[in-house]
Amino acid sequence: MNALLPLASFTGAIEFIFSPQESNVTGGKKVGGLDKSLELLVKHLEVTALALTIALVVALPLGLYLGHKGKGEQFAVGLGNAGRAIPELAVIALVAVLIGVGLKNVAPVLAILGVPPILNNAYVGVRQVDRATVDAARGMGMSELAIIRKVELPIAVPTVMGGIRSGAIAILATATIAPLAGVETLGDFILNRNVYGENGLLAGAILVALLALTIEGLLALLQRRLTSDGLKLKTV
Amino acid sequence: MGNPLLIAAGDVGGDFFRERNVGDLCQAQRDHVFCWDWAKENIDRFGTPTVQHLQIVIPAILIGFVLAFALALLSHRTRWLQPPLLAATGVLYTIPSIAFFFLLLPVTGLGRDTAIIVLAAYTLQIIYRNTILGLDNVPAAVKDAARGMGFTPRQILWKVELPLAIPEIVAGLRVAVVSTIAIATLAVLISAGGLGTEMYGSNLTFPTSIIMAGGIVVLMAFGFDAILLFVQRLTTPWRRVSQA
Repeated sequence: MNALLPLASFTGAIEFIFSPQESNVTGGKKVGGLDKSLELLVKHLEVTALALTIALVVALPLGLYLGHKGKGEQFAVGLGNAGRAIPELAVIALVAVLIGVGLKNVAPVLAILGVPPILNNAYVGVRQVDRATVDAARGMGMSELAIIRKVELPIAVPTVMGGIRSGAIAILATATIAPLAGVETLGDFILNRNVYGENGLLAGAILVALLALTIEGLLALLQRRLTSDGLKLKTV
Repeated sequence: MGNPLLIAAGDVGGDFFRERNVGDLCQAQRDHVFCWDWAKENIDRFGTPTVQHLQIVIPAILIGFVLAFALALLSHRTRWLQPPLLAATGVLYTIPSIAFFFLLLPVTGLGRDTAIIVLAAYTLQIIYRNTILGLDNVPAAVKDAARGMGFTPRQILWKVELPLAIPEIVAGLRVAVVSTIAIATLAVLISAGGLGTEMYGSNLTFPTSIIMAGGIVVLMAFGFDAILLFVQRLTTPWRRVSQA
């Protein structure tokens, strides 16, 4: 039950990331190394970006539109809540069995995990915009589309971006188990223990954790850039 | 000597796609999305994983709640603690659970303890943030009134601020519980059991088992969510009055 790895494994894992190591499970064959790490890292980002793009295309316009119209609260908020109950492992396992393996099958399914937070936050963000502001824009002769683009969306940026960040991290995290459906990501180091051994296991975990923190950090920066200065003043 | 880590879970190739013996209930089970006969016959095999799932989720939520709640109370008065605590819990929240599970292997090893620690750490951010938000949203006038009636700061906290913050606290708890129940399926990867055992490994080729286990996870999440909603209504009777 208690298979404790020695703490020194972390050193081994770091070495594994940078230079190929002899693995005790493949009979001395060298595995890992910077090239392999980068290859899997790029693939991980590729799957995540593709799935996030699909999720954004589906959920963002819908959420903004519903929020603008003030319709479908049950749908947007309910889906946001229900989405959290989706067990990722079951989703990936089902894709592999029922739909098929590979990027074009996995990416749309990963996108499903990004849709609820993006839709929910886009709806809530637009909904929270002061109706008087919207009426003023309408009174100035703005079209409905212009109101969404130039008034509601800029004011809702912090909330909308919050949803995009949640969605991105959910997709990135679940992409770790994508190797179960034939898409090689950093999760390959973790799940394919018979090739990469314990060093690979820890190396994969370290890389996935760092990648998630980096992406979250970058998106937080992007959010600051996109938020207008006027809004920042209000929150301070 | 065999390495216990290597038998913790199957690998992606090799025996990972092993067929599962489902007897004569559903021939060619690959063609069935859901095999009712098998489901009826095998419903009992989901009992133990369900119990294991609860044994991970419930302690994780309790630990997470107690910790986050204590941190929120601590930083309610000592306000400069809030940004660093928000940042620290944010990091724990962002690290994907799978990575977190394996990062702890050299510290706590395989098994349920590791799963509980990771899931408890995951809930901190949601519960902590909602609790301080709830406490901050209490109108200053209400607190002034309580002070005017001679309440001590401690009484104000426990008898005025916390009761009024219950909706936000419970909202955070609901998010934490539902996500934790879903994520606990991944505990199978570190041999901690749970409903993930019926989705991963040799069951991967058998959709009925995956769908049933996934269905139990979703039902469990909705069940807990409903219970918490009920608790919230029970503990905030004034809200019902004002809404009626």
